[in-house]
Amino acid sequence: MDIYRAIADPTRRAILDELVDRSGQSLFELCGRLTMKHGINSSRQAISQHLGVLEAVGLIRTRREGRSKLHWFEGAPLKAIRERWPVSPDGDTSHSTDEGIEE
Amino acid sequence: MRIHLTGVFVDDQRKALRFYTETLGFQVKHDIPLGEHAWITVVSPEAPDGTELLLEPAAHPAVGPYRAALVEDGIPGASFAVDDVEAEYERLVARGVRFVQPPTDLGTVVTAVFDDTCGNLVQIQEEKAQP
Repeated sequence: MDIYRAIADPTRRAILDELVDRSGQSLFELCGRLTMKHGINSSRQAISQHLGVLEAVGLIRTRREGRSKLHWFEGAPLKAIRERWPVSPDGDTSHSTDEGIEE
Repeated sequence: MRIHLTGVFVDDQRKALRFYTETLGFQVKHDIPLGEHAWITVVSPEAPDGTELLLEPAAHPAVGPYRAALVEDGIPGASFAVDDVEAEYERLVARGVRFVQPPTDLGTVVTAVFDDTCGNLVQIQEEKAQP
């Protein structure tokens, strides 16, 4: 799976939203937030699989703290999207190359 | 039918009794020697005749992998009701308790999760007043 497929799923986008809200969450905390804040009632196993997809494309990383496995958002892979379709600082994307580079 | 007793598996019953009484503030209900272990229950001072929490020895071979899997995913072994999660969080942090999840507002409830130092994660939960 590539990064586009990974972020095409609304549950996986909600997972990233919650990890941006607070870094270093356990599966239990994430599931609680998804249920209570997003109305996502997937099983823990389903969320665990979503986390696996996000980790595989590099959008999250995990680390053990004590005996718990915690999850972090990792934005670096999104740079590839911005580099492929650049957005100029003023938001006008119609001629972002060659001309019109403001000083 | 009522829920009379529930329990957590603890690595060391004496250490657990100290943590659950001196640090958390529960009180001893029963402490009955049973060979190398003991039947130890604690209750809340707010409900001395309420549900007892059994501090059960973790000696059974199934407990290790069971608890390791729960803790890996951050799943608490017990959950206690409090009036004010933020205040409890401050009180317990001041007593050296390590939280794995700080107070988190989930809409209808506020929760936080700490390490009981005896092998379990414990959640505290505050039901928010409905508008």
